[in-house]
Amino acid sequence: MKHGNRLKSVRVALAVLFLAFTMMIFLDFTGVITAALTRPVVFLQFAPSLIKFIRLAGFGSAGFLVVIVLTVLFGRVYCSTVCPAGTFQDVFIYLKRKLSPQHRFRYVKANHMVSVTILLIVTFTMLAGSTLLITLLDPYSNFGRMTAHLVRPVLIGINNLFVAVMGTGHSLFLKPVDLKKISLLPFFFSMIFMGVLLFFSLSRGRQYCNLICPVGILLGYLSRIALFRIRLHKGLCNSCAACLSVCKAGCIDIRNSEVAFSRCVGCFNCLSVCPSGGVDYGLTWRTTTTEKGKTGAESDVDLSKRRFLAVSGALLASLMALAVRGKSPGRMASDTAKVIRGGISEGSPVPVTPPGSLGYDHFTAACTACHLCVTACPTQVLQPSLFDYGLLGLMQPRMDYMTNYCNYECTLCTAVCPTGAILPLTSEEKKLTQLGKSRFIKEECIVYTKKTACGACSERCPTKAVNMVPYENALTIPEVNNEICIGCGACQYACPIDPKAIVVDANRVHLKAQPPKEGKEVKKIDYKEEFPF
Amino acid sequence: MTVGIYDNAMKRRDFLKRGLGAGVAAGAVFVLGDFTQLFAGLPSSPALPFDMVAVKGGEPEVMFDQAIAAMGGMGAFVKKGQKVVVKPNIGWDVTPDRGGNTNPKLVKRIIEHCLRAGAGEVTVFDNPCDTWDKCYANSGIEQAVKDGGGKIVPGNTESYYQYVKVPLGRKLTEAKVHELILGSDVFINVPILKHHSSSRLTIAMKNLMGVVWDRGYWHRNDLHQCIADYATFRRPDLNVVDAYRVMMKNGPRGVSVYDLTLMKQLLISKDIVAADAAATKIFGKEPHDIGYIRIAEEMKTGTTDLQSLNIKRIIL
Repeated sequence: MKHGNRLKSVRVALAVLFLAFTMMIFLDFTGVITAALTRPVVFLQFAPSLIKFIRLAGFGSAGFLVVIVLTVLFGRVYCSTVCPAGTFQDVFIYLKRKLSPQHRFRYVKANHMVSVTILLIVTFTMLAGSTLLITLLDPYSNFGRMTAHLVRPVLIGINNLFVAVMGTGHSLFLKPVDLKKISLLPFFFSMIFMGVLLFFSLSRGRQYCNLICPVGILLGYLSRIALFRIRLHKGLCNSCAACLSVCKAGCIDIRNSEVAFSRCVGCFNCLSVCPSGGVDYGLTWRTTTTEKGKTGAESDVDLSKRRFLAVSGALLASLMALAVRGKSPGRMASDTAKVIRGGISEGSPVPVTPPGSLGYDHFTAACTACHLCVTACPTQVLQPSLFDYGLLGLMQPRMDYMTNYCNYECTLCTAVCPTGAILPLTSEEKKLTQLGKSRFIKEECIVYTKKTACGACSERCPTKAVNMVPYENALTIPEVNNEICIGCGACQYACPIDPKAIVVDANRVHLKAQPPKEGKEVKKIDYKEEFPF
Repeated sequence: MTVGIYDNAMKRRDFLKRGLGAGVAAGAVFVLGDFTQLFAGLPSSPALPFDMVAVKGGEPEVMFDQAIAAMGGMGAFVKKGQKVVVKPNIGWDVTPDRGGNTNPKLVKRIIEHCLRAGAGEVTVFDNPCDTWDKCYANSGIEQAVKDGGGKIVPGNTESYYQYVKVPLGRKLTEAKVHELILGSDVFINVPILKHHSSSRLTIAMKNLMGVVWDRGYWHRNDLHQCIADYATFRRPDLNVVDAYRVMMKNGPRGVSVYDLTLMKQLLISKDIVAADAAATKIFGKEPHDIGYIRIAEEMKTGTTDLQSLNIKRIIL
């Protein structure tokens, strides 16, 4: 019992820690949480890490391997510690049990049909190059969006209220934040997802995790071969069902003295409540093999092993296929794009994707719309899309040059992305990465229509790709040099008229821009010379 | 008269050379807090009040010390307990060596003079083009203001801006102006002289675009006229033009340090049009070639006739 309590305490502590840190990286609007702090927090998130590994195959993206090893050793401890959506549910389950102590969980029969189907469809769509189902079902990505779109705006509102009360003369410790846009689709989607999650967790415990969550289902199959497992001891168990009543996963079958360990989320609640030592967590590899063919649940075990083999085979195959794809994303991905993205054909306009995302195809094939980049972006130029990437790219972020423009010096989004949809760029690389090209529409320009000076576009251009050249009556008019344009959107954002007289057309594949033209020396004057007046 | 002024400059130079050199002397005296000693060394100016002081050849803070002393000291502008707002150009997320924003050393020294003159509070803000908090930080001005004892405040949300009428405006008849400009007793405008792709040059009048919320309106409705219009609304009590590092091309943001010329100059004047005219000359252009300067003079906001002004010229 003591041993069980200790395990539960460790689990709770880790869960609170992971939940707090994950929330923090999405909530931070002050910029105090750097990319270096963000990376370790998201490192272990399974789905993003798996996708990143497929794309990059680097050590920095091997978090999911750690999770697999942990699962094979200890079962699905991931689901009760690392997974923020898991802990989110646990919080509500905890509150519910506090409010109605008579609440009891019941044993839930496995529904392999649903879970295996979901897992196979998710694997298949990922293989085909779409992350849509991960976007919709992944607990991390959903939790990120819930935090970003439901909690963050409220926090910013409170901050601004506080700043308003303190007055403008206050120091910059508390800065007012001008939230430029509230995206309705991610907001409503997050509301719905949270509703579903709360419905499941309050009525059936962790059933979302066992029935729908692709990560939970996958880790469930892996946990079937776990070394350490929860087990009922027939001799010691007095069938009081205390363990079952606190089992959020509903995976303890008292009648048959079995634990459906593939559905156990590793919360260790059962250990902490058992009065007789009838529940045990320990090394059980040997026992399972000897018990083979003895119990009533035997056929389930055999079936599950077969399923496990099939599932891991499918996973391995898709990994390999995707790894090959990952090496030549451009060609392979655009082939896939033709098949899958019916709505958008080659050559037609696509949204501008963030720096480091290599272009439309790489980005859409790896992004799970967790919106960490959206919350990290200091200019708010990164905004969730609606259907700009087609239905399959639902909510994936885009560069929204009507909201703001990309800060020339900034590389934050490239440093935080957990899926590798946005790859790290140095400041120097970023300044030469062309996301799109500026297009000047003279007929709309104020200088042309009103014959008055403007140049708002050229003013903000960090490379002077948009330059003012002589025009009628000592006026100057914009001229674009797309060799040095990086498509940051400053010109489009600054253009004061509607419709815009200068816009950025996305590069489907990002290009390398020429460095801006520089002089050679800083001139000096003769300081002894008289003033010119 | 010109001769006399240069004589003065020579004497001053000798005086400073005898000490530890201009910067060190001024700095040291300042740190020690003994202003009188520094200013005691300056010749008393029989020609006070000057319409403008132009200084050349020193560090920004040294040039300002000289200029404000020649104007009769900050006490001539700031009275005890008054609220002072200082408006530098903090428009761009670039470092001080790029000359995109007002020199932080100058901003710091101005704040120190204000506090020394008994200002109750000195606040600093801008409504930048690039991301505001990055501009504040990377321009070095946020730190400079803190070091100088002032308060740097945000200008990034519309709630800070209050609706006003611009009665003398032709195109710009109303605007939303930052509450600090409206609520302060003394307004010190501290632009940096730069090439500008929209308005050709940005100096003192153009710098006031950073105290309003909707700049797009200006761009849509005859930029030069709007700049001149706004200059009729709340004229700064003092304009200090930073022409230390001057961006000669690719302005106002600049592409690299090679856009700059190290001019080491500073202008100070109550007449915003005269300040712009003199700075235009320093830049190498004619005031009447700059639309808003020409219009502002026509609207009688100030004069570009520098010959008619009593200017003190100091070469360090």
